[in-house]
Amino acid sequence: MCLGIPGELIEYLPDRPDLAKVDVSGVKRVINVGLLADDPPAPGEWVLIHVGFALSKIDEAEAAAALEFLAGIGQAYDDELAALQESRIE
Amino acid sequence: MRFVDEFRDADKARALSAKIAALCEPGRQYKLMEVCGGHTHTIYKHGLEDYLPESVTLVHGPGCPVCVIPMGRVDDAMHLANADDVIMTSFGDMMRVPGSNGSFFDAKAAGTDIRMVYSPLDSLKIARQNPDKRVVFMAIGFETTAPSTAMTVLRAAAEGLQNFSVFCNHVTIIPAIKAILDSPDLRLDGFIGPGHVSTVIGCRPYEFIARDYGKPVVTAGFEPLDILQSIYLLMLQLSQGRSVVENQYARVVPWDGNPVALRVINQTMELRPFFEWRGLGFISHSAMRMRPEYRQFDAEVLFDVPGVRVADPKACQCGEVLKGVLKPWECKVFGTACTPETPIGTCMVSPEGACAAYYNYGRMNRHRVPEALKVISR
Repeated sequence: MCLGIPGELIEYLPDRPDLAKVDVSGVKRVINVGLLADDPPAPGEWVLIHVGFALSKIDEAEAAAALEFLAGIGQAYDDELAALQESRIE
Repeated sequence: MRFVDEFRDADKARALSAKIAALCEPGRQYKLMEVCGGHTHTIYKHGLEDYLPESVTLVHGPGCPVCVIPMGRVDDAMHLANADDVIMTSFGDMMRVPGSNGSFFDAKAAGTDIRMVYSPLDSLKIARQNPDKRVVFMAIGFETTAPSTAMTVLRAAAEGLQNFSVFCNHVTIIPAIKAILDSPDLRLDGFIGPGHVSTVIGCRPYEFIARDYGKPVVTAGFEPLDILQSIYLLMLQLSQGRSVVENQYARVVPWDGNPVALRVINQTMELRPFFEWRGLGFISHSAMRMRPEYRQFDAEVLFDVPGVRVADPKACQCGEVLKGVLKPWECKVFGTACTPETPIGTCMVSPEGACAAYYNYGRMNRHRVPEALKVISR
């Protein structure tokens, strides 16, 4: 749960400005973006996700580096992705 | 993977290694603490200690949220999980943390309804789907995770959910750092500041470390070069007799943090007078509980929580490891009785714990790069 994972924002859910679908290493899930309400990310932008919440906006280079770092971590990231896959935030 | 190479370039690492070595004063020992477990992981995985001169030691700090939960709180959580009609929900990392009578995993195997969730919002969903059950979320983590719990409680309040509560174990990083600074066991020269915690709290809360204790702080990213560069920046300050807070991870960490996150934490939670940390003991104002306005979501109000203090297993030296007094392999049970498969102490449970990181990647013999050996005598 302590890992921050990068995701690309795909789209906001209809009528829910606090929820958005993101793509994390091919896994598409809904996260909460309410913590970025002061400066909401746009589709195509990258965010750092922590336990289902976008914590900060990041650029694509940082996202790529973070993904590579996470892939290198191995099991912990696999577990995080598996947990995300089970997630059904609404 | 062009981007990644920029953070991994071995030539750049060696160049930084040489610059760090050049800043070492002969005969002086440097102890730098990386506060965050994520940094500990990078340091071991990439063998970064091999890039440092012998006189520069990295000390692994308490920034692993699972590792600092005392056994008594695990027992309290287990008590809650066993209460009537309760569904306990928890992050996966917490599932293997041993209490006096086993872990969440053990209890789940024995039939207790404990469910692993990715997010507190998943816990909220379980509450909506099970109106006849009382769903408790085992909230752990530093300021990185606390805003998520806060947002979830606000959502539960907005929906008027009656069967969702939080067993709040959120801790704050600053009092832990202060406890370490005030500890007579350890003399540190500087801090590699945590990355993701700082996205929430920003860099300002570290200023007292530089101002009042005269120790430099550099907030760092998680790539090997981020950490080496941060060590270089710390050493540069030390060589110039300066101590300020610098932000090496500015590409992610805003100087003032995330104001919305700080606002929702403050709206729903308040500081406890004191809280027990594994290994560090009781630290005042170091953890959060729900504000009275949100007491209908506070498991400690809704349930009878024993709150018994339980001593750590005698063989376990997590406390010394968390304070940086002992290296993981100096613990009596490291790698023998205590392994990631059968952890005795919390530092072996989480992949970010110093013991697990060292167990997975550690090497007893170090092979320093030549650049790290060139300490220039002046």
